[in-house]
This record gives sequence, C-alpha cells and structure tokens, in this order.
Amino acid sequence: MASVDELLHQPGKISGESTSERTARVQAAAFRIRHHALNMGEVQGQGYVGQALGAADMFAAVYADQLRFRADDPAWEERDRFLLSTGHYAIGHYAALAEAGIIPVTELETYGSDNSRLPMSGMSTYTPGMEISGGSLGHGLSIAVGAALGLRYQGSDARVYNFLSDGELDEGSTWEAAMGAHHHQLGNLTAMVDINALQADGKTVTVLRTEPVTEKWEAFGWYTQRVDGNDVGALLAAFDNAAAQAAAVGRPSVVLCDTKVGRGVPLLEDREKAHFMRIEEHEWQLCREQLTAGFEGKAAR
Amino acid sequence: MSTATTPKLKTSAMIASFADPGQKTKSAPFGHALVKAAQDNDKIVGLTADLGKYTDMHIFAQAFPERFFQMGMAEQLLFGAAAGLAETGLVPFASTYSVFAARRAYDFLCLDAAEPNLNVNIVGGLPGLTTGYGPSHQATEDMAIFRGMPNLTIVDPCDSLDIEQAVPQLAASEGPTYLRLLRGNVPTVLDEYDYTFELGRAKVLRGGNDVVFIASGLMTMRALQAAEALAAHHVDVAVVHAPTIKPFDTATVLAELNTDRLAVTLENHSMVGGLFETVASAVVTAGLGKRVVPVALPDEFLDAGALPTLHERYGLSVQRIVAQVLAELA
Repeated sequence: MASVDELLHQPGKISGESTSERTARVQAAAFRIRHHALNMGEVQGQGYVGQALGAADMFAAVYADQLRFRADDPAWEERDRFLLSTGHYAIGHYAALAEAGIIPVTELETYGSDNSRLPMSGMSTYTPGMEISGGSLGHGLSIAVGAALGLRYQGSDARVYNFLSDGELDEGSTWEAAMGAHHHQLGNLTAMVDINALQADGKTVTVLRTEPVTEKWEAFGWYTQRVDGNDVGALLAAFDNAAAQAAAVGRPSVVLCDTKVGRGVPLLEDREKAHFMRIEEHEWQLCREQLTAGFEGKAAR
Repeated sequence: MSTATTPKLKTSAMIASFADPGQKTKSAPFGHALVKAAQDNDKIVGLTADLGKYTDMHIFAQAFPERFFQMGMAEQLLFGAAAGLAETGLVPFASTYSVFAARRAYDFLCLDAAEPNLNVNIVGGLPGLTTGYGPSHQATEDMAIFRGMPNLTIVDPCDSLDIEQAVPQLAASEGPTYLRLLRGNVPTVLDEYDYTFELGRAKVLRGGNDVVFIASGLMTMRALQAAEALAAHHVDVAVVHAPTIKPFDTATVLAELNTDRLAVTLENHSMVGGLFETVASAVVTAGLGKRVVPVALPDEFLDAGALPTLHERYGLSVQRIVAQVLAELA
C-alpha cells in the first residue's frame, strides 16, 4: 500500500502555457463537446442535450486537462478512472470521449441507434473508456469507493473521478458511499456533482430538497468546493485544489458544480426546463449557429 | 410441565449451528477456506457490512487485515464497492446475510457486478431457514430472487467439506457468484462419501432402487439421514447432491430422474423459484413427463422460534421427510 504522505500524480498541464491559454484551450474543448452533443441529439431527434450542454465544461475540464489516460489504450492500467454514474449523461460523455480521441468523432452519429457502441444510457460493456454501467442512479460513488480502495491497495497512484448529478443526492446509497470514502480516507477519490437543480419530475427543490448541499458534504468529512460549473477557470482552479491535496490516504474531495441546463445555446437556456428537452427538427441548425456565435463572440472579446 | 426431562427449546438455541447433537463439525470453514485461498491468490480481498463475526469473515480479517475492508452497515456500498474492487482486478468476497444481499442490494449486484460479469463473490449467511429470527432474517426466497440474474453462479453447499472445496473454485471462476453460507460449527458429512465438490456438477452420493432424492444445501445432509431411516422401512433411496443451482447440471440430474423411481427434491428454500422449480423446468424442457415431489418451505412468511421446532413444522426434519416419502409410496 502507498504511504500516507505520498502525493498522487498531478494533472498534466502543458508546460509554458499561461492560465488564460489553458482556460481558452479547455473552453474550446467544451465548445466542441457541445457541438458533438447537438449533432448526436439531432440523430435521435431528442435526448439529454440540455444536460450535456450544461455539463460540457465539467467534462472538458477533466478530459482536456485533469485525467491521465491513453487515447489508444483505454484499458491502460495506470489511467485515472472516470466513472459516469449518471448514465443518461452518456451523450455528453461520448462527446468528451471523442474530444479525447478515445472514440472516433464519426462514430458519434450512431448514438442511440441499433448495434451502436454508444447506447442512450452509458454501459461499460459497450463503449471504450466507459468504466461502469451507470443509469440506475446512485451506484457510481459506491463503485468508485471500491475502485479507489482497490487501486490504493495495489499501490497505484491513479485517481478516481466520479461524475454524479444532484438528483443522485436523493439516493441513500450516495451517502453510504460518502461515509465509506471518508471512513477509508480515500484521498485518491474526487466526486464531481452536476447541480442543475432539475430532475425528471421537475425542479429539485420541488422533488426532494437536497440543499444545503455544501454543508452536507462537509459534514460527511469531504474536502468540499462549490463553483460555477460553467466557469472553466473556476472549475480548473477547483480541480487543481483537489489534485493538490489528493493523496493515497486523505480526505476525499468533491467539486459541486452549479450548471445551467442548455448552457451555450440561448434558445435552450431560455426554454422551459425539462428532463427530456424537446427540440424541433428545424431548430438543431439554429442551436449550432447560436452555440458557434456565442463561442466566437466570447473568443473575440 | 415437562421441562425437567425435555428442555424447552429457545430461539437462540440453534442460531450458531444446525448440527445435530454429537455430530462431527468444523468451525468457520468458510473463513479458513478463504484464508487458504488468499494465501495462494494475492488478488483475493474480503469485505463485509458489519457482519464479519457472523459470516466467519472475521477469520480472514484477522489473517489479512490489509486485505479486509469493513464497509459498515451499508449493503449497497458493500456490493457497489465489491464491483469497484473487481474492476481493478481484485477478487472480492463480500459477506452479509442472504436477506440483505438479495433484498437490499439486488440492483447493485445486478448492474454493478453481474452485467459487466465481474468476479464478485457474494457470501450470504442464514440462507433459507437457518435462523429462528423470523422473516427479517430468514432468506427463504434468496435463490428465487437470484436465479433471475444473468451471469450469476449460485452454490448451495451441504457441509464444511463442500464450503472448503467451493471457495477456491468460486475465486477461480469468472463472473459473479453467490454462496449460501453455512457458518459457525458446520457439520462435516460428505467426507464419508466418494465425493469432491466440482462447480457446476451434481454428484450421486448413493444409489437406491425405489426413490431418488435430488437435494442441495443442508438438505442433502437430511436426505442422507432420511435415506438411512427409510432403509429400516425397506425403502431403497438414492441421493443426488446438486450444490450448484445455476448453472444447473441438468444432464446428471435428468439421467437420475428418468427412471420409475419416486423423485423427490429437497431444499432449504421456498417451493417457489429454488431447486424444485429448477428441476421441474429441466424435466419439462426435456419432455420427460415425470412427477416430482418437493420437500421445500411453504410459500409464506415463516414463524419465529427454535430451529428444530421450525424444521419440524415446515417439513425439513428427517422425521417429516421419511413420513412424506412413506405417504407417497403408500
């Protein structure tokens, strides 16, 4: 087992890169992830596009900046593990896997189709780079606890990231795992929670109140940060903080990310929020144009 | 009051063991077998959900403290984490009571361990009717629940020898497994027969011309005892032990059933969804048209009380088996 004070590996920033260059690089990745997600949504005519757009900056921050992996060898033993608990966010995850070069961009158009490696809800047995079969919500963090224990026991310095949503905070198992991670001092584990305040039946506040979320995680003993999950600079700073205190034995960390469903596409940002967002056939191109205009406008500023 | 000659049986009287008085037993065979297997295989790790002492996992925890993970009274975490450990290449054995594994953690076992076909080994204490605590602890339908789970291997061992021989095979087999644990002082029975446990195989323990018993779990012990008792009634009974419930050794069992002998299944489980229905579906699928008599627990929530009382009440005792067979033959 690794020693108590041993620090785990640090995310690989590109040497010589300034903070603003780094942020711009990750923002560009997030833009492409959003673009991929819209294209995938158009194939199905619907889908969890709103969630993918909302979480794109989170996916970009980890895949373009934090995670250690080999695109041509998804099963590389020393890789960091990224566990998608929220299975229906697969559309965003596939976009990130394509951005990372783990699956080809051209394959994205098969999303949700018969015989595709990219089913609507993410499954480890279908997709390279998909570590677990999420979708039955509240599983990911428990599996992450086992993966973190197993990696630490075997002397690996790989880290485990678990992506979950605020809806999954309804599940008791999430809190079993939160206790377990703290009890076992899994300093190699980082959870990232997409707080879009929306669930299948409506706003989180009307379905089952989860707030105060920050205080809950703190009370469970986690190193807790809460950021604007659509602010790439803030996300990178939070993940850097988590990485800086990551250790084989230490506090697990959580980055609570407040995000906006449909982020980056004003048409969808302003639409009535729904778990399964309806987008008309003629609107997809408009969405892409708005996304591009917003990104180029921001880049020009 | 007859308590001077017959001590009143209490619920706690037989919680630790269902062994008959004076019977040869072995202490904590699972725990010792897991230690032995772990000495040969450094990938084996152990977990429990606050029931280490009650599932014989404490033996492993003492021998390999760095390979033992206490997950607390949190069964969803227990089996989710077991899947996570298996994802990193380890071979976890995760113990709790059968009721909690089957009823509380099914979704986690199904999706986290079985769907990706991971080598997660579920160890369930108090299977069937092996405690007098009532329905909260009596896993009378655990096999019925688990048989529907694809990829899962289910083992219902008879005795300490079965457990000792099964553990390394469960560790070596791919995919998830469920062991119906017999804990504490476990009878040693099968050493008197020419028998070795082979995962996926049923074995004929003794031949007989009039009746054939197909049994699993502790009911194989009762079947052997009943066969002896029936000999006194000039009834010649064959006993087949089928410890692997899934995948089931259909060939061996059907070969034994396809005769004129009275066929009886014996299981420590509800009549619904266990050994009887496994055998019945094999018989029907093969088009045998053979009648099969079940010795099994009724499809109801069972009483609390002393185990010998309950086994007698629900038909698992040797005396009740003998009576049922004689009635069938009459």
